Amino acid sequence: MMLEVKDISKTYNGFCLQNIKFSVNKGDYFIILGESGAGKSIILEIIAGLVKPDKGHIILDSENITQQSIQKRQMGLVFQDYAVFPHKTVFQNIAYPLYSLIKEKKSFNLIKQYVIKQRRIKNEVIRLATEMSIEHLLYRYPNTLSGGELQRVALARTLALKPKCLLLDEPLSSLDVQLRDELRSLLRKINKNGQTIIHVTHEYKEAITLANKIGIINKGKIIQTGTTKEVFHNPKSKFVANFTGIKNFYNAQIISSNKILLENKVEIVSNNTTGNKGFVMLRAEDIIISLKRIESSLTNNLYGKIIEMIPSMKGVELIIDVKIKIAAIITSQSVDKLNIEEGKNVWLSFKATAINYIDGS
Amino acid sequence: MNNYSTINLIFIFLGSLVLLFIVAPLLGMFLSTSYIDIVDTAKDVEVQNSIWLTLYTSFIATFTFAILAIPLAYILARNDFWAKRLVLGIIDLPIVIPHSAAGIAILGFITRDTVVGKTASHFGIDLVGHPIGISLAMAFVSIPYLLNAAKDGFVGVPDRLEKAALNLGASPIRVFFTISLPLAWRNILSGMILMFARGMSEFGAVVIVAYHPMITPVQIYERFGAFGLKYARPVAVIFIVVCLLFFIALRMLSNERRK
Repeated sequence: MMLEVKDISKTYNGFCLQNIKFSVNKGDYFIILGESGAGKSIILEIIAGLVKPDKGHIILDSENITQQSIQKRQMGLVFQDYAVFPHKTVFQNIAYPLYSLIKEKKSFNLIKQYVIKQRRIKNEVIRLATEMSIEHLLYRYPNTLSGGELQRVALARTLALKPKCLLLDEPLSSLDVQLRDELRSLLRKINKNGQTIIHVTHEYKEAITLANKIGIINKGKIIQTGTTKEVFHNPKSKFVANFTGIKNFYNAQIISSNKILLENKVEIVSNNTTGNKGFVMLRAEDIIISLKRIESSLTNNLYGKIIEMIPSMKGVELIIDVKIKIAAIITSQSVDKLNIEEGKNVWLSFKATAINYIDGS
Repeated sequence: MNNYSTINLIFIFLGSLVLLFIVAPLLGMFLSTSYIDIVDTAKDVEVQNSIWLTLYTSFIATFTFAILAIPLAYILARNDFWAKRLVLGIIDLPIVIPHSAAGIAILGFITRDTVVGKTASHFGIDLVGHPIGISLAMAFVSIPYLLNAAKDGFVGVPDRLEKAALNLGASPIRVFFTISLPLAWRNILSGMILMFARGMSEFGAVVIVAYHPMITPVQIYERFGAFGLKYARPVAVIFIVVCLLFFIALRMLSNERRK
């Protein structure tokens, strides 16, 4: 299967999607990453057929499905708030698509036909519920279920449709940390079974842990697509870099064979330069902080003032002003040892080899 | 806190006056009617027939027009169109026009000179003075209650759920019957109860369309006019009790569904 979204544009409630294009192959886990309000959910609704685009096409296996009715597309959309039917039990929710999907051979014995269909529906519901670990909830109503359980019911119900493509709208956003981990591994499992998935989120960590391909969306435009590795290692713009969690991303100008000027303000040494301008990425973990200048093999030494200290999972993130802002991560022990505090001046050192230069010329 | 309590007391006092205004005349009527009069009136075949006629004509009006009104309520809840305000205004029209005027309008609509009247007389039915004519008059004045309640019910059904059902392969007709209608059912049932109750109590429009056969409100009026208060009161008491019993039973049914 191959899904192609071709130059889709849509103006919707004062919001504008412009020339959205990407393609997804069978078995792909494609994540559309973007801030809230960037237009991610509308893309899913257009693919599902809930919203008609102003222009552009949706091509599925060489067939143009842009004008096809919603119920014929078999594009299973899991809504952000699950949209589980409140007046139906978990069993009835999962069985809902099966009544349209399972077709029995026409027979004069209508009772027998009905019984066989019911049996097939029941078997399929139990199989899906077991796969989603919700078989114990089958006769409960949605208002008695937790967020994680509702999410699984919505997933099971959509998978019952045997969707050509599973569309997930921020599936982890309203779950707590433990449930997120559980659901992440469940989604990986579903994808490993061959299910093509398009998933929209604003969390770059979800993209790293789940996707094999990602697209970055900003203000209604897809600004970069590629494999996860390509996008995270070669962000094409500052927005992409910042959005993918890379804080030290600068416009760079090549001054000489080993010297780069960052943002027209700070000169650094690098051994990896081509062209005349591009971007520089620097991992916050690769920066060493000291109170005095270190005499060592580290070729880049910058002096600046700490303007912000942000506690993080890895320790403390320091934002240091050296004419440009550079983020560095150090441990809490180092903060105590060096008596680091906001307003203090420190030295930043990093190797020339720590600089990731992307040619943009 | 003190101020709040004072305001509360004033409001409770004013509210009590309103409640007393509703309850006192009814209670007075019940207390001033003897048990023997009520029993004798209840045994009166004329009274029994009129109560039965009132109940079933109102039932027919409610159920027949529900089939027509529910789809209209759904369209109004789900669509925005240029004439929507006009349609909403038309729906509320029967509430604001005098019911005797409504009766005249209905009468003009169902006499033998009209298409409706001619069609009915083709089947041997003269709508004027016929239970169907009574049902039409009842429906005319009470349909806004059902339409507005059903519309509110459909508005309260998140369209996301309908979209989810379509996305799961259901046809629009299946979505309506399995998602929209069951989720709006509470409001629709409340609307039907109100329409039924309003239809049963209608006098002005019905008396013009059909003095005979006599529905109970017309019979109460007729007995009052011909024989006075003492003779009309037991019929009124019995009819109020019947209305209340139906109203309570239907409300209980509606609450049961809510659970």
